[in-house]
Parts: sequence; C-alpha cells; structure tokens
Amino acid sequence: MSAVGTEVDTHDDHHHGPARGIGRWLFTTNHKDIGTLYLFFSLIMFLIGGSMALLIRAELFQPGLQLIEPGFFNQMTTLHGLIMVFGAVMPAFVGLANWMIPIMIGAPDMALPRMNNWSFWILPFAFAMLLSSLFMEGGAPNFGWTFYAPLSTTYAPPSVTYFVFGVHMMGISSIMGAINIIATITNMRAPGMTWMKLPLFVWTWLITAFLLLAVMPVLAGVVTMVLTDVHFGTSFFNAAGGGDPVLFQHVFWFFGHPEVYIMILPAFGIVSHIIPTFARKPLFGYASMVYATASIAVLSFTVWAHHMFTVGIPLAGELFFMYATMAIAVPTGVKVFNWMATMWRGSITFETPMLFALAFVVLFTIGGLSGLMLAIAPSDFQYHDTYFVVAHFHYVLVPGAVFGIMAGVYFWLPKWTGHVLDERAGRRHFWLSFIGVNLTFFPMHFIGLAGMPRRIPDYALQFADFNMVASIGAFLFGFSQLLFVWNVISNIRKGRQATDQVWEGAQGLEWELSSPPPYHSFSEPPKVN
Amino acid sequence: MSESHSAYYVPAQSRWPIFASVALAFLGYGAATFINSLSGDTPASYGVFLLIAGMTLLTLILFGWFGNVITESRAGLYSGQLDRSFRIGMVWFIFSEVMFFAAFFGTLFYVRTLAVPWLGGEGDKGVSQMLWPQFTAAWPLMETPDNTLFPGPKATVSPWHIPLFNTMLLVSSSVTVTLAHHALLRNDRKRLKQWLAATIALGIIFIGFQAYEYAEAYHELGLTLNAGIYGATFFILTGFHGLHVTLGTLILFIILMRVMRGHFDPQKHFAFEAASWYWHFVDVVWVGLFLFVYVL
Amino acid sequence: MASALAFVAALALACMPAVVSGAWEVNLDPGVTEISRAIFDLHMTIFWICVAIACLVFGVMLWAAYFHRKSRGAVAKHFHENTFLEILWTLIPIGILVLMAVPATATLIKIYDPRDAELDVLVTGYQWRWRYQYLDQELDYFSNMSTPMEQVTNQAAKGENYLLEVDRPLVLPVGKKIRFLLTSNDVIHSWWVPAIAVKQDAIPGFVNEAWTVIDKPGIYRGQCAELCGQNHAFMPIVLDVREEEEFAAWLSEAQAEAAAAGQESTREWTMDELMARGEEVYNTNCAACHQVTGAGVPPVFPALVGSPVVTGDIAAHEAIVLQGKAGTAMQSFASQLSAADLAAVITYERNAWGNNTGDLIQPSAIAEKLSNATGGE
Ligand code: HEA
Ligand code: HEA
Ligand code: HEC
Ligand code: CUA
Ligand SMILES: [Cu+2]
Repeated sequence: MSAVGTEVDTHDDHHHGPARGIGRWLFTTNHKDIGTLYLFFSLIMFLIGGSMALLIRAELFQPGLQLIEPGFFNQMTTLHGLIMVFGAVMPAFVGLANWMIPIMIGAPDMALPRMNNWSFWILPFAFAMLLSSLFMEGGAPNFGWTFYAPLSTTYAPPSVTYFVFGVHMMGISSIMGAINIIATITNMRAPGMTWMKLPLFVWTWLITAFLLLAVMPVLAGVVTMVLTDVHFGTSFFNAAGGGDPVLFQHVFWFFGHPEVYIMILPAFGIVSHIIPTFARKPLFGYASMVYATASIAVLSFTVWAHHMFTVGIPLAGELFFMYATMAIAVPTGVKVFNWMATMWRGSITFETPMLFALAFVVLFTIGGLSGLMLAIAPSDFQYHDTYFVVAHFHYVLVPGAVFGIMAGVYFWLPKWTGHVLDERAGRRHFWLSFIGVNLTFFPMHFIGLAGMPRRIPDYALQFADFNMVASIGAFLFGFSQLLFVWNVISNIRKGRQATDQVWEGAQGLEWELSSPPPYHSFSEPPKVN
Repeated sequence: MSESHSAYYVPAQSRWPIFASVALAFLGYGAATFINSLSGDTPASYGVFLLIAGMTLLTLILFGWFGNVITESRAGLYSGQLDRSFRIGMVWFIFSEVMFFAAFFGTLFYVRTLAVPWLGGEGDKGVSQMLWPQFTAAWPLMETPDNTLFPGPKATVSPWHIPLFNTMLLVSSSVTVTLAHHALLRNDRKRLKQWLAATIALGIIFIGFQAYEYAEAYHELGLTLNAGIYGATFFILTGFHGLHVTLGTLILFIILMRVMRGHFDPQKHFAFEAASWYWHFVDVVWVGLFLFVYVL
Repeated sequence: MASALAFVAALALACMPAVVSGAWEVNLDPGVTEISRAIFDLHMTIFWICVAIACLVFGVMLWAAYFHRKSRGAVAKHFHENTFLEILWTLIPIGILVLMAVPATATLIKIYDPRDAELDVLVTGYQWRWRYQYLDQELDYFSNMSTPMEQVTNQAAKGENYLLEVDRPLVLPVGKKIRFLLTSNDVIHSWWVPAIAVKQDAIPGFVNEAWTVIDKPGIYRGQCAELCGQNHAFMPIVLDVREEEEFAAWLSEAQAEAAAAGQESTREWTMDELMARGEEVYNTNCAACHQVTGAGVPPVFPALVGSPVVTGDIAAHEAIVLQGKAGTAMQSFASQLSAADLAAVITYERNAWGNNTGDLIQPSAIAEKLSNATGGE
C-alpha cells in the first residue's frame, strides 16, 4: 500500500497499452479490460448456473427420484435462478456496456474508472460466498430465487445469512455500476453527440441504469428485513407480531418486475444495432424506440403484483395490476414492429449476429405473448406457479436476454479482437442453440397447461413425455454452448484481420476506430455530425 | 455541454478497488458468520474477527483511496468534466439511498393501512380475524396478535419530547451546514470552521439523544425489536436513519479536518458539497420519520 | 446442421416407446364448474389472438427475410420513419388489449364473489399435508399423500395416480356453493385443483377466500402450487365430489367415526398396540422431516435416534410434540393428532430405532394433558 504516494504522478499518458501480468486485470481502470472481466465472469457463471439447470433437467428426465434429494433439488433451483439472473445475465450486460458505451459516445473511458474496477471485483467474492453455502451445514439457500417469507425466514437453513450478505454485495456492485453508466452517458459524450443521436444501446442502458438505481436498494431493504426477522426478533413477515408474509412479496416484486426489464432492455438495444446493420437500412422509428423504452421502464414500476394474483389481493388491486401489465404490451409491440419495419425492403444478409438477433425477435415475441396470457388475472389462476410460467420466462430470458448477449458478442467480437468471425462455426452454434432452446422450453408450455407445478423434483405420470423432451433439449442446448466458448476463444487467438467497419452495413462511432480499438478509445473527442 | 474535453483524465491502474473488494468480502462473510454464531446456528467464532478485520481494512482503504483522489485533485489533474462526473455520481447515489428508505416507509404504510386492519377484522381480508379472535387493530400496535411470541410495547415514545427536540437539532444543522457553505464561498475560513463544527456538534447531540431514547425504549417502554410490527418498523426506520446520521457526522468531521488543513477554495470544494447534500438528505428523511413514525 | 437435426429427432424418437403412460396433454382442463369453463374460454380467446398476432409479425418478418435478401438482389431503401404507421401500431394494440380486458374483467368479477355459501371448509396447509375442517359440521381431518415412498424411489412400479393420491380426500357435494377459507400453519402453500380452477395461497396468519360450485360428481386431483420446502412435490389434493344424498350420508358416518375415535383414549393400550399405531402415525406425520429411520436431516431436522429429548425426560418429549417449538418447523401436534395417536407416536419414538427406553405412554395420560391445556382454547 506504499504505492499511495506515487500513484498520483503516474497519471496515464494516453498512448501506452495495458500493463503486463495478472496486475493488468486486478488493478485495471480501463473500460475494455473491465468489460472483458465482466464478460468472462458472466460466461463462467452461465456455465455453472447452466450445469445446475442440467442437473435439474436430469432429475426431471423421468418421474421418480433418481439423482438428487428433494432438498438438494430446491437448492439447485434457487441457485440456478440466482446465478443466471445476478451472475450471468446482468454482468454480461454490464460487460457489454463497459466495452461499448465509451466507444459509442466518443469518450476515452468510463466516467469513474476506479469505481468501475471495484464494481466488478465485488462480484466474484459475492458469488464465491453464495456458492460456498453449498458446503455449509443445512445446505445452500433452498427457498427459490424469490425467497418468499417465511420459508426464507423462520424455516430457512443457516446459510440464509450468507445469502443476505451476498445479495447486499451484489447490490452495492450494481448500484455503483449504474451510477458509473449514468455519469458516463450524461457527462462524457463527444461534442455533437446530442441525446437524440445517442446509439440505442446507450439509450437502453441509460434507462436500465435508472431502473437499477431505483430497485436494487429496495432489494437490499427486503433482504435486510429477512435478516432481522431471522436473527433479531422482528416480525415484518409474521402475522403473530402484526406483520404479513405477503408484505415480503410486495417489496420483493417491486424490485423483481423492473429487474426483468433490466435483463431485457439492453438486449433490445443490441438488437436495434444488429438488424439495421444486416438489413443495410437505418433503424426504423428511432425516436419511438427511445420513447417506448422509457415507457416500458416507467410502467414496470406499476405492475409488480402480477406475480401475486393468487395471494388474495382485493379485486380493485387485481384489476389495476392486470390492466397495467397488459399496457406494457403496447410499447413493447412498438419495438417489435419497428424491427420488423427495419427489415422491410432492406438488403438482408444472415451472418451469425443477425441470426441470433432474428431469433431473438421471434422467440422473445413468443415469450412476450405468453407473458400477456399470464397478465390476464383470471387465467393466471390456472397458470400461476406451473411450468407455463417457467416456459414464459425462459423464452424471454434464454432466447431473449441470452441470445441478445450472444448476438452482441458475435457482432462486436471482431471489433474487440481484430479478427474476422468464423461464420461457419458461428452458424453451427446458432442452429444447435435454436433447436435446443425450443426443444427445451416449448414443451414446458404444454406440461404447464396440463397442470405441472414448478419447483418440484418429481411429477405425476401424465407429464412424463414432454419432460423427457425438455430434458433432451436442455442437454443439446447446454452442450452447444461449449461451441460458443470455443468460438470466442479461437477468435481471440487467431483469425484474419478484420477491417475497421467489420460488417458491410455497420454505422456508428465504434466502427470508425481501428479493430481492435486503441487501449484508450478516444484520447481526443471525435466530431459527431 | 462538453467543452473541456481536451483534458481527459484517465487514472492509472489502482490497487484500492481490489483491496476494497477483499475487505468487503471479509466484512460480509464475517458479518454472516458472526450473526449466525449469535443464534447458535454455527459455532464458528472467527466471524467477529473477520468482521472487524473487514471493517478496519475497508476504512483504511477508503481513507487511502480518497486520499489519493484528494491529492490528485489538489495537484490540478481534474477537469471540470470530472468534477461534474463526481456530482452526478453523488446525486444518484443519494437517490439510491432514498429508494432504500422508501422500502421501509412502504413497509410501514402497508402494515398500517392493510395488514394490521386485516388481522383485526377490517377490510377485504378481514376474515383473517378468525385466527386471532381477541386481537383488535390499532396503531401504535400495543397488543400484537400473539402476545406471547411478540409481547407488544408497554408504551411508545412520545413525539413531543426527544423526537421533537431532535427534529429541531437536525433542521438547524441543515441551516448551519448551509451557513458554512456560504462562508466557504466568501472564503471566510473562520466562520466556515465554526459553522461546520456546530453542524457536527448538532449531529453528535442528535445521536446521543437517539441512543438515550433507545435505552429508554428497551428498558422502560418494552419497545424492542421483538415488540411486534410497531417495534420492528420503529427500529428499522430510526435505526437506519441513525446509522446514516452517524456516517454523515463522520464525513462532516473529515471535511472539517480537511478545512483545518487548508483544503477547499470558493471555486473547488466538491467534497464539501457532497457531504452537505448527504446531510440534507439525512435531514429530510428524518422529517419524514418524525411525521410518520412518531406523530401520525 | 442437418445431421444435428437428424440426431435430435432420432434421440427423441428413441425415447418415446420408453414412456407408455403419458397422454401428451397439451392444454388446460376445461373443468367442471362455470368459472373453470369461463377461464378456459378466456384462455382460448386470448391464446388465439396471440397466435394471430404472432402469425402476422412472423409472417412479415419471413416475407422480408425471403424477398428482401441481398442474395436475391434486393437493394436497401432508406426510409426510417412513418408517423402514420407508428401511430397505427400503437392504437391497434391498445384496441386489442381493451377487447381482451373486457371478458377478463367480467370473469374476474365473477370469481370475486364468495357470498351466500352453503358449506364452509377451512383448508389449512401444513408441511406437508392438508387439513380440512368442515366449519359447522364438527368434522376435522388431515389428508396425506398416500403414494408409498418405494414408488418415489423407484423400488416399486408407479401406480396410476402416482403422487396424486391421498389417504383421505376432501369430500364435497355437487351443485352447492362451497366456500373455502384458506390458511397455513407454517409457510405459504397454495391450494390448487385445476378442474375447479381454484388456486389460492394459504398464508400463515391470514385467511384467504375462494369458492366453487361443482357440476359433476367425480374425483378431481391437484397439487400444492407454492414452494413450501423439501416435500412441496408431495402434498397433493384430492376432491371426492358426490351427489347430495351420498355426501350427507358420508358426512354423518364420518362424524360418527370421529366421535368413536375420541373414545379410544379412555381404554388401556398395550405396548404392541401403541408401537403399531405409533409407527403408522410416525410415518405419515413425522417422517417427512425426521425421516423413517429417525435419523433426521441435521441440522435442520434433528435426529430422534439417541436424541436427549427422546431418550430423556418424558415430560419434555411430550411437551415438544404437543406444543412444538415456536419459530421452527416443529409444529404443535396437540390439535393435529388424537390423544391415542400422540401417545402412540411418543411411545414409538422412545422405543424404535434402538431407542430402547421401554417407556409406555397411555393415551389417557395425554388426554388429560390435552384437556388441561385446552382450557383456554
Ligand atoms: C426478461 C425478462 C422478462 C420479460 C421481458 C417479461 C415480460 C413480460 N412478462 Fe414476465 N416474467 C419473467 C421475466 C420476464 N417477463 C420472470 C423471470 C418471471 C417469473 C418470476 C418467478 O416467479 O420466478 C415472469 C413472470 C411473469 C408473470 C407472473 C406469472 C405467474 O407467476 O403467475 C406475469 C403475469 O402477468 C408476466 C407477464 C409479463 C408480461 C405481460 C411481459 C411483457 O413485457 C411482454 C410484452 C411483449 C409482448 C406482448 C410481445 C410483443 C408485442 C407485440 C407483437 C405487440 C402486439 C401485442 C398485443 C397487442 C398483445 N411475467
Ligand atoms: C437468465 C436466466 C436463466 C437462464 C439463462 C436459464 C437457463 C436454463 N434454465 Fe432456468 N431458471 C431461471 C433463469 C434462467 N434459466 C429462473 C429465474 C428460474 C426460477 C428459479 C426458481 O424457481 O426459483 C429458473 C428455473 C428453471 C427451471 C425450473 C426449476 C423448477 O421449477 O424446479 C428449469 C427446469 O427445467 C430450468 C431450466 C433451464 C435450462 C435447461 C436452461 C438452459 O438454458 C441452460 C443451458 C445450459 C448450460 C449453459 C450449461 C452448459 C454447461 C456445460 C455443457 C457443462 C460444462 C461445464 C463447465 C465447463 C463448468 N430453469
Ligand atoms: C415440518 C417438519 C417437522 C415435522 C412434520 C415434525 N417435526 Fe419434530 N422437529 C422438527 C424440527 C425443525 C425440530 C427441531 C426444533 C428445534 O429447533 O429445537 C424438531 C424437533 C423434534 C423433537 C425434539 C428432538 C431434539 O432432539 O431436540 C422431537 C421429539 C420431535 N421433533 C418429534 C416429532 C414428532 C413426534 C413428530 C410427528 C408427530 C414430528 N416431530 C414432526 C421438525 C418437524
Ligand atoms: Cu405446500 Cu407446496
Ligand atoms: Cu413481472
């Protein structure tokens, strides 16, 4: 720590490259390095969370208990949900934001580079702590990623305390990340980069950052109440003291619903870059895209109780939340129609990023439409907590958020590494994923409607066939992701030199820099016209 | 908006963040282990050491980190743009704090207007009363539905004694910190120190009274964390507020130390302003608390 | 690519014959009540609207993807705005949504009307079984899953109603308005029977209401629909809906049986009788947590084998079983089991699995304790 005094003078001159060795990654303040760290971390979490999903699917391959105990099954479900949401999808988007936002707005780096490093390095520790609970007495958290009280309070295993502090750490990380993004976008734009010229990925991330700031503290609040209920004798979620278990759900979902848009808005942004690029035609309805994103964000604060239609909410509340939820289909529809119109009369080619983006639009729409069915309160009495819900949210999350991320990675990878993408390998990964994902999650609609509850390790015989199909699909999809890992690594290591523009139709500041871009993207602000 | 671009400042590599992450990990893991050992879930006794180590390390690191920033800033490395980034960061950090308190205020409103009346037989879910036949809804909640598990408080804190006094303390401290700011703008260092010291003193007195109130609540009023939902909401709201006052006072103290060393001038004093914003925020939260926790 | 497809298809096909029992059910059950049919119709209406929207959107995309391909020589146009279109595709969805909201609202209002019920049943969720109390009929019993563990662990062939069968179903009359009052003793459960479209959470400390009028006699099966701990998959619900006279006959018979069971505690029981009954009671009520072997799942569920409570002072053992332990999953069994069952299970625990204390607890002794304790209840 004696470096303190000297660090002042080592003010980076803008031109030298990265430091050498492990120190480059541990101490870095460079947005690209930090972006890379986030992306690799997220990939590892995706594989871990995915392995848990595969364990779940293996147990559900056939009726009966084969592989794991029910208690452990619940731990797997919980950790799978938590890791995918907080460990895979969110950090992946933050990684993309780190890489692309400064480049897209013509800045040298993020606004607060040291804090940026801190935001990242909290995460590995938080998840190590969460995963370490698997080896504790009583096992890992087993109450679902939604940790409803009192299952997560009075009836929780001791590891709930570690879970609470782990969530606090993730929250600190997300809040700092969001602040950084807001400061970067509002303050670091190149001259001439006016609001309505901002690339859509930047817009969607700006709005996402506000969502994060508004709801992560609420999550922190609710886990704090869980902590005090478990250890300090409070009765927030206990009727015996005048509290209410349903109160937990209100506070949780006030966080939870905006959270699901946190996981999709940046993907909307990515797709809004890819489709125009490969249709060789400007994005249709830029302004309405921005307004639609903002409306989705605002509405997302008014719909939380659609997760709670069966908890016994009074009629007026039920109606309000049903209408508000349905309303979100309108701005989301605007986005889908704009993508559609962007393709119309374009000159389309189907490179790997485009394939993922198109699959995103189609499969996300399927997930969105099943979401709309769930929003119809009376019908939700039949759907709630069945595999129909599982099907819905995997459609918006896997071919939604995850495909969005993969589309973005394939799209920008040549820019990052300077190596042209291996299209054959990319397409192979795409088609296997596309088939796998549908084989896994489409049958879940059927078993859900037929009445299979979620979060069960064993099921009645009439659900057997589709479960088997889903499990086969899951393994196909899961192992196809090894191809993704392979594609990324081989692209980093070798490949033909990519041009600056990389893709024929690509427009925007990021395509004017060299591939790979200089370590400090813009040391002189570019002119935007 | 961005005219000062030519002086982009990108800090060099820094060791602080990774150390801070390690410290935070110690803190979190230690706190969890320690809290579990309190209720006998895990016998591990190292928790408290990890916790203390984590807190100490984090404090030292933050001092070092901010020290770094201060030196850089005083060396003139920062542009107006960076200053704006700091401001934006601070504003939105305070916004996130507002949302943290909003969760607890929301909790309070929910139990007062919905849960407690339902348990007492009123409203849409009034049938719930069949489980608690002898319970009547009231606020403050003196008799909980199950008085053996959660013995309600014997009495509640009267708003018109300590809380009212504390309100006056905090409101005047908001004034004194503003006066200090004006003094700084006039470059009147003496007044600056005086008003800042006064603000800190008011903060400390506030904390003192709050501690006294807690002691009284525990020992005389039977108002505890365990005293049902009234006690729970009371302590979570006032407790987190108290923590924020403590933190705010510490920050102001550090600012005072820096003033003593001759830091800040009428043009550049972001840290001072950030501290005062934070202090105003803590103050506004208190006014909300005073109204909704104590008076109404 | 094609080979991958073929591989998947082959794999999927290869697995099919292995499963014979499945019925490939793909849709909701229209059910046997007015409400369940209303929900089914609503579901189908919304579903078809969604399908139509999907076809439209995907159709346009496919068209563009095919005809506006670069390889077909398409040249990109440069339009990127059309205010009229944009307003149109904001307004039309709003219109569609309003159309959807109308039947949805009507159905919801119908669901929210538990007035004028002719029979009240209090449904209480326990980890992991259901309790049914016919409120004005003095009838009160538990319903446990009856699928044997051997089937679950694949040591026996699975029966037709695997996981969906119980020892005592909830018996209900046809054609009467029945109100369910739902609550829970521990964590949140959710009581769901698809055929009557009732899914309502059972929340500890609060009471929810739901109702139904069933048109058709028959057996209807459902499951707990809210994660409630490790045996969440194993707390099914079975309704046995009967014609009115049959129901009345069943009711009086059940009441008589319950009264007779109350008498059991007055007579002397032998050790063998207690052990036999105790094992049965233990396996249905306690084994979920403490395991059939008594080994528990430490540290969450303590082992009873060699436990100081179980092998030590009888009064302490009785106390924890009768009163439970507040704030833990160990619930009070005083109101759940009869005096005879309680005596039997305590005796069993003290003598099974090598806990050879030799102690024998008579039902009459427990009955006395219960009547002292319930002075207030
Ligand atoms: C990325 C994540 C994501 C996204 C984007 C969404 C989007 C939506 N979700 Fe989803 N949802 C989840 C993730 C997500 N959800 C998760 C994780 C859960 C489960 C949590 C848990 O319990 O564990 C969940 C659960 C969930 C429920 C609770 C179900 C239950 O538990 O009973 C509901 C109910 O209303 C719902 C509704 C919706 C709706 C209406 C949308 C809308 O935003 C969708 C809007 C999109 C469209 C409608 C398609 C495109 C539009 C058009 C083509 C225009 C024309 C259309 C019309 C006019 C209809 N979701
Ligand atoms: C973004 C979020 C996200 C993502 C990407 C996924 C991905 C997947 N999910 Fe996830 N899921 C959730 C979020 C997500 N899920 C949530 C929130 C829940 C609710 C939890 C709850 O109820 O509390 C849930 C619940 C859930 C269930 C229901 C469990 C239950 O109710 O009991 C199931 C069951 O099939 C499932 C399956 C899958 C599968 C097969 C994938 C596949 O896409 C996974 C793909 C597989 C891989 C990517 C694995 C690749 C790894 C290897 C091939 C091995 C190599 C290993 C190493 C090198 C270490 N998920
Ligand atoms: C839902 C779970 C659950 C069920 C069902 C259950 N128990 Fe328990 N039991 C517990 C838990 C948890 C404890 C530990 C309580 C504590 O923290 O001291 C416990 C403790 C006990 C103890 C004290 C053991 C010791 O060493 O401290 C006895 C005796 C006991 N149970 C008997 C029974 C009997 C008899 C039944 C059935 C009639 C039963 N339990 C059903 C969860 C359960
Ligand atoms: Cu009871 Cu799930
Ligand atoms: Cu939602």
